[in-house]
Amino acid sequence: MRRSRYKRKMELNGRIIYKGKAKAEALVTKDQISFYGGVDPEKGTITEKGHELEGKSFKGKILVFPSGKGSTVGSYGLYRLKKNGAAPLGMINEECEAIVAVGAIISEIPMADKIDISKIKTGDIVEIDGGVVRCE
Amino acid sequence: MHLTKEEERILEGGQGYASMKSMQILTALGDIFGADKLIPVKSVQVSGVSYHNLGDAGLDYLANLAKDGSVKTPTFLNPAGMDLKDWKELGISEDFAEKQKKVIGAFSKMGINTTCTCTPYLIGIKPGLGEHVAWAESSAVTYCNSVIGARTNREGGPSALASGLIGKTPNYGLHLDEERKPDLFVSVDSKLKTLSDWGALGYAIGKRGKNKIALIEGVSKPPEDYLKTFSASIVTYGSKPIYHIAGVTPEAGRFEKPSERITIGEAELKEAYEAMNDKDDTIDFVSLGCPHASLEEIKRVSELLKGRSVKTELWVACARPVKEKAEQLGYNDIIREAGGKVAADTCMVVAPVKGRFKSVATTSAKGCYYSQGHNNMKTHIGPIDKCVEAAINGKWS
Repeated sequence: MRRSRYKRKMELNGRIIYKGKAKAEALVTKDQISFYGGVDPEKGTITEKGHELEGKSFKGKILVFPSGKGSTVGSYGLYRLKKNGAAPLGMINEECEAIVAVGAIISEIPMADKIDISKIKTGDIVEIDGGVVRCE
Repeated sequence: MHLTKEEERILEGGQGYASMKSMQILTALGDIFGADKLIPVKSVQVSGVSYHNLGDAGLDYLANLAKDGSVKTPTFLNPAGMDLKDWKELGISEDFAEKQKKVIGAFSKMGINTTCTCTPYLIGIKPGLGEHVAWAESSAVTYCNSVIGARTNREGGPSALASGLIGKTPNYGLHLDEERKPDLFVSVDSKLKTLSDWGALGYAIGKRGKNKIALIEGVSKPPEDYLKTFSASIVTYGSKPIYHIAGVTPEAGRFEKPSERITIGEAELKEAYEAMNDKDDTIDFVSLGCPHASLEEIKRVSELLKGRSVKTELWVACARPVKEKAEQLGYNDIIREAGGKVAADTCMVVAPVKGRFKSVATTSAKGCYYSQGHNNMKTHIGPIDKCVEAAINGKWS
């Protein structure tokens, strides 16, 4: 299937959770993610049964999801992914909560929230630049 | 969120890496949750202490902060993955013990009191009514807000540590009057007798109340140990780390009765017991002290075990100062002679017990939740005497 070439460049304004720039392919889900128990910390894949992204890898991608969930140990889960070189390059949330926010800060993963994530599709090339998100 | 000049300087790295990282965490949380400012905290309890949950990555994070971080307010720890002294008798491996000691070493380097407990209020860390603290373990947070009437959000490991290293927390959530208001009225229509009855009540309210704050009526004032287990249960099965009990907890009288109402009676408690009691009656692990046992509870276990011997593994988990007191009073010797273990610094939830046991008996509804989910065990819940009998017989009766 051919991807549409007509999609215009788009700029979305959100809020900075952790500063920095990151540009990569987007992996988008409408499901929340738990970084303790819901992911493989070595491979950087979603392991939660029945999750929209079950089996998919977010390593090196811009991971786009509504918000985090689950145990607060999830903050260390993100840190573990980063140490293993399996973390997403950047993260975008609709509404960030404490577990993922703290995880992004301690792992130094550029992150923005308050973004309408329905405008981003899996496979889009997305750039996070502080609180601004650019799609092409 | 408004920052003072001093706080801004810390955020820019003026006081080193650990303070900068901590300030980043606190300001991000403050912004997310709409806090107006940072407020000082009287004490901090850090979770994420067991190497079982931290792994090498967590250890690495702590070691990094310990390079130049030191706490600015009294800070202590949640249970670790083992008894820091008598870990061998709990069947902990050398490898695990070495890593766990490194974790504790990093905390200690930051000036943290390495007493590991979920019941700080049993060892003299008891804030005053209305005081602000930043605690992390869910039952301690719930007891603190509800029974003591001090104020804390349910912190995560890194955010609590950040509060310790800065001495402050963002002013939002349960630090504010209006956020402590109940929105579910619970009428209890049953005579609660035992410790595990209170665990079952927490299950029944938590499951139904979910994200609501309960104002409970219809129970008479129970012993403190019962409120300790109730605090653990209601937050494990619900999610709000605060409740009010009319005539019992200090803030209950401040509020009007919420319009949404539920009743918990015999049927609801029976359902809770059934969910936590497996049909298979074989027991190979008995775990008491979740939350950590009081001296009274250890005394009771020793009385029940006097002159008898256990068939199963038996742990009575508690804080180290409580274990030392029990040692002096001779309770631990009686428990040891019966074949049981008094385990300080750790507990059934955070120790690496997965795969070692098939079926646990406990007084704790919270213990049942983590045993079933996280550790893949069958569970039985009941009062202390019934659990001790199960340890002696290897069977639930």
